[in-house]
Amino acid sequence: MIKRCVIGASVAAILAIMPAAAEPLRVKFGVLRQQHSSETLSILDLPAEDDTLAGALIGVADDNTTGRFTNQSFEAIDEKLAPGDDAVAAAQKLLDQGAVAILADLPADDLLHVADALKSRDTLVLNVSAADDRLREEDCRANVIHVAPTRSMLTDGLAQYLVWKQWRRWLVIKGSHPQDELLAAAYRASAKKFGAKIVDERVYVDTEGGRRSDSGSVQTQRLIPPLTQGASYDVLIAADESEVFGNYLPYRNFDPRPVAGSAGLVPTSWDASHEQWGAVQLQNRFRAQFHRGMNARDHQAWVAARMIGEAATRASSADPKALRDYLLGPEFTIAAFKGVRLSLRPWNRQLRQPILLGDGRMIVSVSPQEGFLHQTSELDTLGVDKPETKCRLK
Amino acid sequence: MKAIRNLGARFLLPFTGEGGPAQPGRMRVHSRQLSDSPSSAAHSRDAFSREWEKGRAFCSAAVAALLLAAPAQAFTAYVSNEKGNSVTIIDTDKMEAIKTIKVGRRPRGIEISKDNSEVYICAGDDDTIQVLDTKTLKITGNLPSGPDPELMILSPDGKTVYVSNENDNLVTMIDTKTKRQIGDVPVGVEPEGMAVSPDGRILVNTSETTNMAHLIDTQTKQIIANVLVDARPRFAAFKPDASELWVSSEIGGTVAVIDPQSHKVTQKIRFEIPGLSKEAIQPIGIAFTNDGKRAFVALGPANRVAVIDTATKKIEKYLLVGQRVWHLAFTPDEKYLLTANGVSNDISIVDAASLKVLKSIPVGAFPWGIAVAGK
Repeated sequence: MIKRCVIGASVAAILAIMPAAAEPLRVKFGVLRQQHSSETLSILDLPAEDDTLAGALIGVADDNTTGRFTNQSFEAIDEKLAPGDDAVAAAQKLLDQGAVAILADLPADDLLHVADALKSRDTLVLNVSAADDRLREEDCRANVIHVAPTRSMLTDGLAQYLVWKQWRRWLVIKGSHPQDELLAAAYRASAKKFGAKIVDERVYVDTEGGRRSDSGSVQTQRLIPPLTQGASYDVLIAADESEVFGNYLPYRNFDPRPVAGSAGLVPTSWDASHEQWGAVQLQNRFRAQFHRGMNARDHQAWVAARMIGEAATRASSADPKALRDYLLGPEFTIAAFKGVRLSLRPWNRQLRQPILLGDGRMIVSVSPQEGFLHQTSELDTLGVDKPETKCRLK
Repeated sequence: MKAIRNLGARFLLPFTGEGGPAQPGRMRVHSRQLSDSPSSAAHSRDAFSREWEKGRAFCSAAVAALLLAAPAQAFTAYVSNEKGNSVTIIDTDKMEAIKTIKVGRRPRGIEISKDNSEVYICAGDDDTIQVLDTKTLKITGNLPSGPDPELMILSPDGKTVYVSNENDNLVTMIDTKTKRQIGDVPVGVEPEGMAVSPDGRILVNTSETTNMAHLIDTQTKQIIANVLVDARPRFAAFKPDASELWVSSEIGGTVAVIDPQSHKVTQKIRFEIPGLSKEAIQPIGIAFTNDGKRAFVALGPANRVAVIDTATKKIEKYLLVGQRVWHLAFTPDEKYLLTANGVSNDISIVDAASLKVLKSIPVGAFPWGIAVAGK
């Protein structure tokens, strides 16, 4: 009994707020981020200067509120790459400054270079933007956690809803860039998986023009009907990752049919209009500090920062190995204002998560849809599942 | 009125021809779609439901008048409707809704003063707590909370109300008599659950994003311990003999049993329901019987309430109630347990002795909290 009291008292003492307490445990992590393209069809989607970083900073603020009680302090070190900068050198710079983990907003190849350069260390890389399935499949790495959903998770999320709606016949229009083809391939796989039919697949060729003009709508409304006529379909799907034509489709397609995919009803991990499950609290905090809406990359960075915070709090440590052990261990789950707990797929380190379907004004639905069942987690109805994985972690 | 409209929609649902399963949470949308549709079948059914609504409205008005005129004998339950911006009043003996009162925006936490004269309602989007007079059923004033009050608890002597303010990481203490703030305590991110020990000395607040239960000395207004629990702690309750503090973690899917002396988590209660994924089981509201032998835990989107033997922590039974069951309250005689079912817009009445779900009563949109006044 005495022993129990002593332990209790000491725990209480450690955890209680002590203004003149010992030096807090400092946890620093890096935010290694690329400059995202300003070639967006809508000016509402222009990336902010603090894109991605802002989400990490809100996460740090939340971590620090917790840290007041656990005597830990959190800090994000920003490292923004200019085009042509060496991502590996920048990652090294972050490590030299004491980063215990790296939040990476990088294209797939840069991400792999950084992961491979860090292979001998315990430092984890948290992918907060690259959607490429190959990073979780044939090119998977043991030291990378994927917070961002894959293309296949996004397209499966949309496909489940379209099938629920009985909109099973899809006309797909894809861009002419390699990533557009990857996205179109993901839609083909989703259609097959959930019983939809792609009635035709057409290409919108990027002629490398700009996005801004004084009277663009005049031309666009004449251009889109011919591109979209002559098919019998329920829903028009845009596979346009390069922002070349997606948002030109709604209201301009030949037949009065809804648009989904890269425009219209968009599958995403987060949207500034999402308010359910307490999300409005996070949206309020974000808007109050950064005076703009929180986008998917910001949210993914917030989740990653919270994951590091959780790991440091639960493991009572700032040691990269301890953080890694907690995050990759069986106990790890995280709350992210998406209605259910998020956890990692152990076979490829992908964060399981619901996919929001929104039109930029409202969240229309959230997948997985009711009725799509799975033996372990309904979230695993989204994306490449364990039996199909090509990942061999190393 | 709103609840009745939804019942109308319930009849219409099978005719929508939608591919997916009928979802009560989407009822309103369906009914609106139908009234815009040119289908004559939909029109006649809509007309039928309107007529039926009128009849129901007349009946319920008459019943309400009758009940209001008679001296109150039955227990009265007050249900906050988060999206309805209203409070539904229920006669627990008749098992009927007798009146719906318009209140402030986003009403969630709801408590009744110890003398049953006032109902306190957290109107989160109006950044205040409204005071409802239980005799006149009029809003008589406000308690000065911080921004976005969500849940509150009364001190055992009824003199103080402790409020969690979701937007500013503060717990506020308010004197119920003078209706003035008498203190506040900074806590973790998104404070929510509130509990007070039976002797009134320890106040507990849970913070949803910090994932902690903060134990606060009500005299010194200082935090004495912070206990880490699983993700998104939503509710806290002391066992009536004060030997245990239970904290539900919505996203973590567990109830932590905390020793209030040592501040340690001594046990975690987990739930398993055949056919439901682990993510769907989200514990929220907790209610203990007065003898402390049994606890009831609402499991959110699992649409069930778990019945737990507090001695063994074993789950005796899962009771199927309405959709997304949120908070719970007993009638003072402990005959019935009432559950607020957010998505199905109703409350379930559970017979606490036989553990049978007796009835669902339609209320306003997104019922959230329940408080029951004694006789």
